[in-house]
Amino acid sequence: MFEVLEARKKQVFINGQDNFDVSCDKASTAGAVSQRACVFCGSRVVLYPIADAIHVIHGPIGCAAYTWDLRGSMSSGPELHRMCFSTDIRENEVIYGGEKKLYAVLCELIDEYKPNAAFVYGTCIVGLIGDDMDAVCRRVAQEKGIPVLPVHSEGFKGTKKDGYHAACDALFKLIGTDDTTPVSENSINILGDFNLAGETWLIENYYRRMGVEVVAAITGDGRIEQLRRAHRASLNVVQCSGSMVHLAQMMEEKYGIPFIHVSYFGIEDMTQALYDVAERMEDRSIMGKTRAIVRRDVPELLKKLEPYKKALQGKKAAAYVGGSFKAFSLVKALRHLGMETVVVGSQTGTKEDYEYLKSITVPGTVILDDTNPLELSKFILEKNAELLIGGVKERPIAYKMGIGFVDHNHERKEPLACYEGMLNFAKEVYTSLMSPVWKYSPARIRAVHLRDRSELFEEKDTADDRSASDDRIAAAAGGQK
Amino acid sequence: MNDEKVNSAISTVQTSVSDHHFVLARNGCNMCAPLGASIAYRGIQGCIPLIHGSQGCATYIRRYTISHFREPVDIASSNFTEATAIFGGKQNLSTALGNVTRQYKPEAVGITSTCLSETIGDDIPMILHEYTAARDASEPAAQEASYPQIFYASTPSYKGTHINGFHTAVHSVVTKIVPAVRCTKRGSSVNVISGFVSPEDLREIHTIMKEYNVNYTLIPDYSKSLDGPSWEEYEKLPDGGTKISDIRTMGQAAGTVYLGKAVLNEQNAGLWLNDVCGIPLHQILLPVGIENTDAFFAALNEITGKTTPAEQAEIRGRLIDAYIDGHKYCFGKRAVVYGDEDFVLSVCAFLRETGIVPVIAATGAHKKVVTESGTGEKLETISEDADFETMLEKVRSLEPDIVIGSSKGYYLSRRLNIPLVRCGFPVHDRIGGQRILTLGYRGTLTLFDLVCNALMQYKQEKAGKGWSYV
Repeated sequence: MFEVLEARKKQVFINGQDNFDVSCDKASTAGAVSQRACVFCGSRVVLYPIADAIHVIHGPIGCAAYTWDLRGSMSSGPELHRMCFSTDIRENEVIYGGEKKLYAVLCELIDEYKPNAAFVYGTCIVGLIGDDMDAVCRRVAQEKGIPVLPVHSEGFKGTKKDGYHAACDALFKLIGTDDTTPVSENSINILGDFNLAGETWLIENYYRRMGVEVVAAITGDGRIEQLRRAHRASLNVVQCSGSMVHLAQMMEEKYGIPFIHVSYFGIEDMTQALYDVAERMEDRSIMGKTRAIVRRDVPELLKKLEPYKKALQGKKAAAYVGGSFKAFSLVKALRHLGMETVVVGSQTGTKEDYEYLKSITVPGTVILDDTNPLELSKFILEKNAELLIGGVKERPIAYKMGIGFVDHNHERKEPLACYEGMLNFAKEVYTSLMSPVWKYSPARIRAVHLRDRSELFEEKDTADDRSASDDRIAAAAGGQK
Repeated sequence: MNDEKVNSAISTVQTSVSDHHFVLARNGCNMCAPLGASIAYRGIQGCIPLIHGSQGCATYIRRYTISHFREPVDIASSNFTEATAIFGGKQNLSTALGNVTRQYKPEAVGITSTCLSETIGDDIPMILHEYTAARDASEPAAQEASYPQIFYASTPSYKGTHINGFHTAVHSVVTKIVPAVRCTKRGSSVNVISGFVSPEDLREIHTIMKEYNVNYTLIPDYSKSLDGPSWEEYEKLPDGGTKISDIRTMGQAAGTVYLGKAVLNEQNAGLWLNDVCGIPLHQILLPVGIENTDAFFAALNEITGKTTPAEQAEIRGRLIDAYIDGHKYCFGKRAVVYGDEDFVLSVCAFLRETGIVPVIAATGAHKKVVTESGTGEKLETISEDADFETMLEKVRSLEPDIVIGSSKGYYLSRRLNIPLVRCGFPVHDRIGGQRILTLGYRGTLTLFDLVCNALMQYKQEKAGKGWSYV
């Protein structure tokens, strides 16, 4: 059986058995097949949804090709963000430098597409050939009269988190440049929601119903003009801890805007988010409206969730996601469906995050930092998970193991945030777990076979409760590894 | 560099900007070399690709290929950090090799370089030499048999496309495994070296070779490793791929058929086998369309001394019959074709056989690559360095009826409001991209049905009241 690499032993824990001396927040182990991407990826995903800017990737074609149309971030207007521009660096630029080409590219694109701003992403090679991106961007900004923002996201200069940092630095340069447009005193910025499948719109709708003005959504359905006046909101509401805390901190320091952490996934976290925002607004009537929303929407949702919960009761799940806040919400959301999380991890969690995960999961739960396919498959089997929640890279792991899968990443086409999203989430979990296809999966058949054999030995009565029997299938499979 | 210096450097190119020829890629239609190399390495049995570069290179390429093949595609990374970029990648590459060997117990590791490792000047052959020397010194010699083979493809992302990476990786495997000696007594087996085709295409080649009833080596062969069955137990490295023991015999084969012509000489494993071992090379376009497939069988017949298998002759007959049945729906229709050089060349040849006119044949291949391919084919139809925005700008006045290529042309077809027939790589927005068959008579038949039906469906849907028979 596969053994966890020595270098990774401080990133793999079992709740209740380990001291949680986590060694996270570090570069991935070479050769370990991490599910993480790079600094560039961190910057690219954060800025991607800004729809009226052009996004220019200064590097060879690959970095651009793999991120074209990457996220399902929707826009209510312009769709420049869905174009993917690459300076397509060749040998010539590697030798003589890429500044000329970058300048030419930016001029062409700005003339052609008339964007409200341009983001220029530096990739690995730019960091090596020594292009002065800042100087080129300064010059183009001056000549074309729009902000041209360098994003220092050379892939090797850290982890995905450093890419978030670089993206926040670029955003911060825009913020504070519009002091004229009126902004309400009961106003917020939404940080760290990217409008996947229109989720930012759902969130904004709740705030609208509460009487709270959203100044800027950063960056879901994002616009440059909103960012310019974002410094005048009275509160920053931060989802996706990893990507946006840096921006919130800078805004707090420079503009005195306090920030809170929220998550819009699951019932408790969504409700908590609305209450936490209402709590901090000047207008006290907002709390009343919020209560009314919760009182109306939550019972309605719980009623709709009932049949799913009945069907899913007792099933076990694994979740491996990018940010740890999403992992927290998933553990809670799954519990609402009667399901227990037995394996959970994130790409970018901190020591505190893992401590918190430990506090909300049951003893025996495997907690993973920056894991890889072999570890995931090992623990899914050992812990008898029947569902994996993750992104495209995790999907084939689940399917080859004969278990269900829910996409909670960029590509999802169904909104999973807010109360509406919780219902979609339940439906998706149900759809995957209840599909009749699993009975043909050799992995599942083997599990059933092993269960039957173990029952023979144990001389136990067979219960006809489906979920209990499914548990035994998985338990038998785990015992025979 | 200060602003002034930048400005003076920039001013020298300002004039060339004004003619409005875009110097960049806007929604590009090619990928970088390490992607192609990784796919080719997955076509060698028990081989795990290892990308010597940033973690993102491996992860992006995994994500991109998983979405197409819908299979686990594990690719290791040496995970460069800032220190690696300054002090060189030796330590990281050695650590990665050690870890990936421990975890996956592979039969081979296929290393690809990146723009990053190439630019800092990592001498990978030297690093590998030192790595294996240190490994052999520290571990018992008895273990030697279990050491993985190590292949290395130089694939800087700024040079060539994924197709160059693909051919380079195949070349690296063949030149490493096949003894570099002139063959004195050639055997009867056939080498089939394939360009970047689908797993279903590779299975079709297997079918054909079995019908010939000859020994053969198909390389690379990801027909199973990138399109496998559902498993009973989780496999670290999916089963399938060309066996290293089979590759070793390629130097004594009766001949080599190389599918694809857009390959540089120094990346051409067939040419190496010809030059070094004396194995005759038949380099042909991908067998799509009747004439290209005829050429494929002619080559196989010549090497084996046999005739085209009866099964194939029968399918050929059926294909001609289909061409005739559908000719009125195709004649004079205008197509946009884009993708890899060889894909575009062969699909255009097929289209011309049916009376469909390719009005745009676009590839993201770098000009240098195309002009140096030395194929003598009508490469002028290919607009080099193409991207989807340029295609869109050029295509409107050409009034095309159909788009043929990967799913990245979806927006193009949507904006033109004409059908898209998905084939090539990648197909990210449908199930089964890995099972699309275009090679051979059977593949041409499949493609013809798809193209013809797309045109028929379009006409039917646009007609006032529609119809249920034609």
